[in-house]
Amino acid sequence: MSLPPFQLLLDSHGTTVHRFLVAAVGPADADDCFQEACIAALRAYPSLSHADNLRAWLMKIAQRKAIDAHRARARLPVPLAELPEVPSSDNGAVTSVDGLTTVWAHVRKLPEKQRMAVFLRSAADLPYADVARALDCSKDAARRNVHEGLKRLREEMAA
Amino acid sequence: MSDVDVELDRAAGGLSGGPSPALMRRVSERFEDEGLVDVAYAQVDSPLGPLTIAASPRGLLVVAYPERPLDTVLSRLAAEVSPRVLEAPARLDPIRRELEEYFEGKLRRFSTKIDWTLTRGFGRKVLRTAAKIPYGQVRTYGQVAEGAGSARAVRAAGNGLGSNPMPVVVPCHRVVRTGGGLGGYTGGLERKEALLAIEGRT
Repeated sequence: MSLPPFQLLLDSHGTTVHRFLVAAVGPADADDCFQEACIAALRAYPSLSHADNLRAWLMKIAQRKAIDAHRARARLPVPLAELPEVPSSDNGAVTSVDGLTTVWAHVRKLPEKQRMAVFLRSAADLPYADVARALDCSKDAARRNVHEGLKRLREEMAA
Repeated sequence: MSDVDVELDRAAGGLSGGPSPALMRRVSERFEDEGLVDVAYAQVDSPLGPLTIAASPRGLLVVAYPERPLDTVLSRLAAEVSPRVLEAPARLDPIRRELEEYFEGKLRRFSTKIDWTLTRGFGRKVLRTAAKIPYGQVRTYGQVAEGAGSARAVRAAGNGLGSNPMPVVVPCHRVVRTGGGLGGYTGGLERKEALLAIEGRT
């Protein structure tokens, strides 16, 4: 078994990792999370025992960093500057200051497992098999979490 | 598709196109600060074509002519040195400058340290012997074989020189045939001639 040069991983999957983080933690924290995820991955890389599906391995690390950031933020009071990102418009869609719909803000309120499953499936565009690897669960469980998450999202956005 | 699916699709379409160059620079700096770059590489221009150069903290590992695909060079480094292989041009600035000066005919001796990890056995001895040939001088394959400790292993010496991972800096171009023939060269004979010409031999 030989691992590919780490630079190739960054070049091939950096965009997916970053897109996932922008959705999962928001643009303000995404860059810091990205940096932390890259460092953690590079640190652990030589001791990896297999070279298959390195993208899912990277996403697992990014996913943990996103959870850390989310928990850290939950302990802080909500900064005033972030309020305009989450106001509801009349039809219930969430609109950011620049007018773009940020359904992500709704996803961020889902329970942890569902939240991560939806982000990995939608923002990172991973197949269910990779969502499962990144979340360390079965493919069925990954599918169920996405399904439950979307269901809840539908209810909340209709409310 | 439900409303939520449409919203998610739209939101996914609006996500960034990936990390910005500024972010990637910060990430690279962190890699260096944390001491996690085991192999740094860069591509540099030269009169002999674009070269890939790579180094560990111990010294220079590779100088590769453009005929060797970058992927091949990097994969070998990942397998034989460490998979923590990263593009980090700043780390290679000193050797880049030395190479520039050499190609301009202004540098007679590289002060860059060498990491011999990619060489082994008799090949390494041969290359270490070749590394001592002074600027502008040549030796024969037989002399190098002898210097490496085995006067009769002329062919093995040729093979060792032919697989030199650090041409130019380890001057295997200064090894020629008895009687004046050029012999062979990893990067092609035109390059061997060009290097000898820089050093004042035609």
